[in-house]
Amino acid sequence: MSQAVLHVDSVSKSYGALKALNEVSLSVARGEFVALLGPNGAGKSTLFQLLTGLFVPDTGRIEIDTHDLRRQGSQALAALGVVFQQSTLDLDLTVRANLRFHARLHGMGRAARERIDAELERIGLVEQANSPVRALSGGNRRKVEVARALLHQPALLLMDEPTVGLDPASRRALLEYVHELRAGRGLGVLWATHLVDEVEDADRVIVLHKGRRLAAATPDALCGQAGTANLAGAFLTLTGETPRTQEGVVS
Amino acid sequence: MSSASHAFQALVAVASRETVKFFHQRGRLLSAVVRPSLWLIIFAAGFKNVFGVAVLPPYESYIEYQVYVVPGLLGMVLLFNGMQSSLAMVYDREMGIMRLLLTAPLPRSYLLFCKLLAGTFLSLLQAYAFLIVCALFDVNLPWWPGLVYALPAMFLTGLMLGALGLLLSVSIKQLENFAGMMNFVIFPMFFLSPALYPLWKLKESGAEVIYHLSLYNPFTHGVELIRFAMYGQFNILSCAVVLGTLVVLFLLAAWGYDPQRGLVRRRG
Ligand SMILES: Nc1ncnc2c1ncn2[C@@H]1O[C@H](COP(=O)(O)OP(=O)(O)O)[C@@H](O)[C@H]1O
Ligand SMILES: [Mg+2]
Repeated sequence: MSQAVLHVDSVSKSYGALKALNEVSLSVARGEFVALLGPNGAGKSTLFQLLTGLFVPDTGRIEIDTHDLRRQGSQALAALGVVFQQSTLDLDLTVRANLRFHARLHGMGRAARERIDAELERIGLVEQANSPVRALSGGNRRKVEVARALLHQPALLLMDEPTVGLDPASRRALLEYVHELRAGRGLGVLWATHLVDEVEDADRVIVLHKGRRLAAATPDALCGQAGTANLAGAFLTLTGETPRTQEGVVS
Repeated sequence: MSSASHAFQALVAVASRETVKFFHQRGRLLSAVVRPSLWLIIFAAGFKNVFGVAVLPPYESYIEYQVYVVPGLLGMVLLFNGMQSSLAMVYDREMGIMRLLLTAPLPRSYLLFCKLLAGTFLSLLQAYAFLIVCALFDVNLPWWPGLVYALPAMFLTGLMLGALGLLLSVSIKQLENFAGMMNFVIFPMFFLSPALYPLWKLKESGAEVIYHLSLYNPFTHGVELIRFAMYGQFNILSCAVVLGTLVVLFLLAAWGYDPQRGLVRRRG
C-alpha cells in the first residue's frame, strides 16, 4: 500500500461508562476512498471528533499525513479537510464570505481568491457566490461545505454522513464528485455513513459497530468473508442489524 | 506562508466576520449607545443636585455629575459588549462554527484570543460612539488628549470583560440563559462599583459590606483605570487588578475550551 495519509492506531474513547470507541485501528492511503460503515450510535462521529482534535482519545495514536495529531496538531490539521455531520456554515454570511473565512483561518493569503473562484466554478455556484448561505438549498449548502473543505488542498478529506438530508439525485452526485476528487487529486477520503449502498464503490469498507471495528476489506472481500451475495447481507451477518439504504430498509 | 502572516490572517478572519455580523444586527449599535445615553441624560439630570461631588482624585476641582458618570458608562458599554460576545460564542457553538474555528491549524488558545480581540474591537467602537453622544450633549470631558489616554485603558478593560464573557460561554449551555447572566453578572458588577457614585459615599452611609465588595470588584478597577487615564493619570493598582484579572479569566477560558475536558466534549 502507498503512503498512508491517515493512520489510526488502537484508539479508544469513553463517555463515562459508555465505551464509544474500543481499540479502533484503521488507515487511509493517498488516493484511497475508505468507507466507514456503521449504524447510528456505532461511534463514527466520535471518531471524527478525535480525528479533528475536538476530543482527545483516552488511548491510542492518530497520525495525519505523517504528523502526530497530539504533538504536531497544527501541521496535522493543515492537511485535513472536514465536512461534519451537522452544518458548520454561517447562514448569515455569503457563500464567498464563508469560504474566505476558512481560507484565512488556513492562512492561504493571496492564493485564496483564485482557489475560491476555482472551487465555486467546480460546484457550479459562481452566481450564488454573493448570496447568503441561508438562501441556498440543502444540496447546495453541502456542496459549499465540500468546496470549503477542499479549499486549502488537504491530503485527507473526512466526511461524516455527508448525504444526510439530501435528495437521491444530490446524494449520487456528491458521491460521484468525491470519487472523482479522489482519483484526480490523489486525495485520501474517509466517508462515514450508515447507508450500505453508499459504500459499494469504495476501495475499502470498514465496518464499525458499537465502537468496535468488525471488518476492514474491499466490498467484494467483505461479501466473501461473510459468505453473502451482497454488502447488505454481509452487514447483516456481521452486525446483526438490518442494513439501510437510501430507499429505506433492505428487505 | 509565514506563521506570523497566518496568525494575522486568522485574526482578520475572526474580526471581520464579527464586525460584519455586528453591522448586520442593526439594533445592536443603537442600543449600545442608547443605553448609557439614557443614564447620562435622565439619571444624571435627576442627580445633579442631590450629589455634591467633593474634589477627589483624579479630579482637581468640583465636577458636574455628568462628568463623573461618563467613565462608568463607558465601562457599562464594555461590560454589555463583553457579555454579548459571550452570547455570540454560544451561538457559534450551536451553529457548529466553533468547530470550524477550533479545527483551524493554529494553537487553540490563539484562536480564542482572536475572538477576544475581535470582541474588544467592537467594544471600543461602541465606547467611542457613546463619546460622540457625550460631545453632542456638551459634557465637559477632557477631550484632548484625555480620550487618547483613555484608549489603552478602555482596551484593557474591554479585554478583561471580554475574557469574562469567554469564560461564561464555557458554562452557559444555552442562548436562553442570557437573562440569568444579566441578573447575576452585569447588574452586580455594575452596581457594586464607582460607576454611578464614588465609593466613599457607600462608606459614609455605613454600607461597609457593599463598600468592600465593590473594592474587590474588577469592574471597579476597570472604571477607575479609565477615569484616571482620561485625566492623564495612571492608576497602578487598577491597572494591575485589570491585567491580573484578564490573564486569569483568559487562562480559565482557554482551559474550559481544552478538548480534554471542555465544553466540546460534553456537547458532542
Ligand atoms: N458527547 C457525548 N456524550 C455522551 N455520549 C455520547 C456523546 N456523543 C456520542 N455519544 C454516544 O456515543 C455513541 C456513539 O455515538 P456517535 O459517535 O455519535 O455515533 P455515530 O456517529 O456512529 O452515530 C452513542 O451511543 C452516543 O449516544
Ligand atoms: Mg454520527
